[in-house]
Amino acid sequence: MKTKFMHMLGGVLFCLLLLPVQVYAKGDTIKIGVLHSLSGTMAISETTLKDTMLMLIEQQNKKGGLLGKKLEAVVVDPASDWPLFAEKTRELIAQEKVDAIFGCWTSVSRKSVLPVVEELNGLLFYPVQYEGEESSRNVFYTGAAPNQQAIPAVDYLMNEIEVKRWVLAGTDYVYPRTTNKILKSYLIAKGVDEKDIMINYTPFGHSDWQNIVADIKKFGSAGKKTAVVSTINGDANVPFYKELGNQGVSSEDIPVIAFSVGEEELSGMDTKPLVGHLAAWNYFMSVENKQNEEFINTWHDFIKDKKRTTNDPMEAHVIGFNMWVKAVEKAGTTDVDKVIDAMVGIEVPNLTGGTAKMLKNHHLTKPVLIGEIQEDGQFEVVWQTDAEVPGDAWSDYLEGSKDLVSDWTAPINCGNYNLKQKKCLAAK
Amino acid sequence: MLSFVTKNRFLPVWLLGLCLLPALASATPPVGSDAFAQAVERLQVKSYKEREAAVAALISSQDERVKPVLEAMLNARLFYTKKDKITVIGIKTKDGFSITGVLDQKSLGNASKSQLKKIKVNNKLRRILRAGIAALTLSDPAPEVRLSAVKQMYGKLGNAGIQILTTHFETETDSKVREEIQTLLHIHDLSSDDRNTVLKAVAALSKSLHPEVRNKLELLKDSTDQEISAASGDALKHIQEQLAFYAKVKTAFFGLSLGSVLVLAAIGLAITFGVMGVINMAHGELIMLGAYTTYVIQQLMPQYIGMSLLVAIPAAFLVSGAVGILIERLVIRHLYGRPLETLLATFGISLILQQTVRTIFSPLNRSVETPQWMSGFLEINPALSLTYNRLYIILFCLLVFAVLFLVIKKTSLGLSVRAVSQNRAMARAMGIRASRVDALTFGLGSGIAGIAGVALSQITNVGPNMGQDYIIDSFMVVVFGGVGNLWGTLIGGFSLGIANKFMEPWAGAVLAKILVLVFIILFIQKRPRGLFPQKGRVN
Repeated sequence: MKTKFMHMLGGVLFCLLLLPVQVYAKGDTIKIGVLHSLSGTMAISETTLKDTMLMLIEQQNKKGGLLGKKLEAVVVDPASDWPLFAEKTRELIAQEKVDAIFGCWTSVSRKSVLPVVEELNGLLFYPVQYEGEESSRNVFYTGAAPNQQAIPAVDYLMNEIEVKRWVLAGTDYVYPRTTNKILKSYLIAKGVDEKDIMINYTPFGHSDWQNIVADIKKFGSAGKKTAVVSTINGDANVPFYKELGNQGVSSEDIPVIAFSVGEEELSGMDTKPLVGHLAAWNYFMSVENKQNEEFINTWHDFIKDKKRTTNDPMEAHVIGFNMWVKAVEKAGTTDVDKVIDAMVGIEVPNLTGGTAKMLKNHHLTKPVLIGEIQEDGQFEVVWQTDAEVPGDAWSDYLEGSKDLVSDWTAPINCGNYNLKQKKCLAAK
Repeated sequence: MLSFVTKNRFLPVWLLGLCLLPALASATPPVGSDAFAQAVERLQVKSYKEREAAVAALISSQDERVKPVLEAMLNARLFYTKKDKITVIGIKTKDGFSITGVLDQKSLGNASKSQLKKIKVNNKLRRILRAGIAALTLSDPAPEVRLSAVKQMYGKLGNAGIQILTTHFETETDSKVREEIQTLLHIHDLSSDDRNTVLKAVAALSKSLHPEVRNKLELLKDSTDQEISAASGDALKHIQEQLAFYAKVKTAFFGLSLGSVLVLAAIGLAITFGVMGVINMAHGELIMLGAYTTYVIQQLMPQYIGMSLLVAIPAAFLVSGAVGILIERLVIRHLYGRPLETLLATFGISLILQQTVRTIFSPLNRSVETPQWMSGFLEINPALSLTYNRLYIILFCLLVFAVLFLVIKKTSLGLSVRAVSQNRAMARAMGIRASRVDALTFGLGSGIAGIAGVALSQITNVGPNMGQDYIIDSFMVVVFGGVGNLWGTLIGGFSLGIANKFMEPWAGAVLAKILVLVFIILFIQKRPRGLFPQKGRVN
């Protein structure tokens, strides 16, 4: 068996060598690295983000570029292979000398890139909602922190739907585990009995949900309003929702609120069994306002397909890119240190009619929207926060991280500053 | 048209509806239909709260046009035109909707999506709508419809609902419906203040497996009244014993269904790997091709979702089979007897197939619709219901197995396959064209993988990576069952499925999978040739 796997590994590596590295024309340009998987498991989500970046860069070039220079995208394919993310980052910064990198999707890919951007003093914009508990001077987190997605979602269920019993279901990896840990201590702090919380983890790509759905059904039949908070990862969702529908669990009885199901994922699902289930994001394609309409039209023109959807991480890239452009203009240079300093405090309009502001902890202010899934694969907003919520890198509901703050401006300049001990826990 | 029927129990609500009418609604026209028109117009408001009130008014308007409106609303088919604000029911056509006015029920021709605005519903409204429809459906002539209407009312009964049911109970003739209504009324009685009513209800419900009964009894058990507490304690004990039994039956069904998926995925491999000895790492991708064929066929005939699935079965067999033959002719043929090279080459092919699909269909998952007859569940009793899609897949799996078994045992192709796999030189000496048989066998195994893809498209997502989820499982089943034996694959698949499902509740999904793998490794140590060892190709 061992030799078989060695050979398999060899085969994988060989095939990776064959994948082309796209590099565009050189010249006096500002280079931007696009680090998204175009093959392998994560291609399903990340390819769209690569296209978004190409579109944004093309748009900026039409406006005359930046600092009088043209922008140039350097697209690499880390092929859903975590160590390869680190290698490709090194290649982008050391060889291609890019001024900023937009990329990563999974937390594990970000963790693998992190030491490299810190070592080579690069700049990474990370566009996906994540579990928090991290802060780096070289990374700007343009997706949601847990307090910008999970916590408001639970508040909504608790206050508006009056949910009393909770199922926290997730795929077995770092994002769901950390999020559920935060949610559990939040729920207990809100007076929910431990007996009324059921936590369940499943492997990646889990496809046989019969038992688990039967358990949820049983758990939900105890006479108290029950809801499922789902951090189930992309691919496992289809069989999960199908099983819910088939076993007759409707959104009216036990609503499921998901943190990883967006318009893009819905476009690949039969939406009938999903109608009425919920999702929490900071952006929905169905939000009606001028900026969003314009963005959707530009996207459709660029991708030449009227049916393509837009989603939350795309908005995060739009905000991140616009902020970076503003910061470079403000600093008058693309020098990483100066741009990092210029970034904090920059405000750009988001696509839902509000404003995103870059905070000292390299997170954004974001509105939180709760949407119900409709049959056409879009979300209907049923609730949203009154104002933008500032992102919090260190959760207030976890032991060990509630006293920490991240502040990358003088005089603190620290990613994990302990407010009680008044000192920086420093490089981790 | 004259739908103004007064029923006493509706009077208060109906009066409420009347109060909401503006002054100009004079007394002469039939008030019921006017209230209906008013309520329909009010549906167009923006806030959900007001729409809830409008739905309540609509239900109390007692108009015969109410039910289709509620149903259309529930199914997201109720719109209003942006221009004239006419409320319409829209039925999807190729390029928009064919719309019918709600008030005059006249067809208004076609409208594009941009001309219409949907009247949206949220979960709370859906609940109200469903209860409303159920109440209106109680007078339906078909008893099955009435039965499902009554079942819809569990947990959604207010006092008004109880009244409707009590009145309806007197006129109901069908015994099943009567029984169901009785249960519902008894459940309601459990929370009564009168202790005799409660005791009677407990006695009547002591055999009911409905979860609501259990919850209520659970509460009654702690009652201060000795007699009630004892009676509900006894009833609860009996119910729990029953439930434990049905839970086991259910788990066994889950196991069978997982097993059938495993067998379907593995059975093609049992031919290519088991009979021919080819380690085909691209097997998962052949399954994926079958699933994509289903998707394409559905795109070609969007009107006939149910039919498309039946058409997809032979189509997927042909597509995957042809690809299989191509792989065999171009690559594997040159690598017979060199398992490691075959493994590497087919792994490469699997990556090529994945990336090809990604290029043609995009890396996003594709949605394959489930036909009506495959969704939902067969309710045997409130504690045990079997989902239709799983039932069909179990049957389908057995059917595929039987056909394949007959092909191998009874046809001349099967005879040649067995001959070549047992002794190639001798078979050739007898005049069998071994290389042609190789190609056909590989094609057969691949085609079966394609058929498995059709079944899998109904329970999981269809995407470029779907094959990888099944390749390990497939090899596991074939190796466990015994290489080269179809029966082994069948028994192996089912026993692994059942073992997995019985372990899952206490070990968790992740650990259960690990345990199954560990078990197989240990088993293979003891019996290296699997459950049913058989003489394969003579070395």
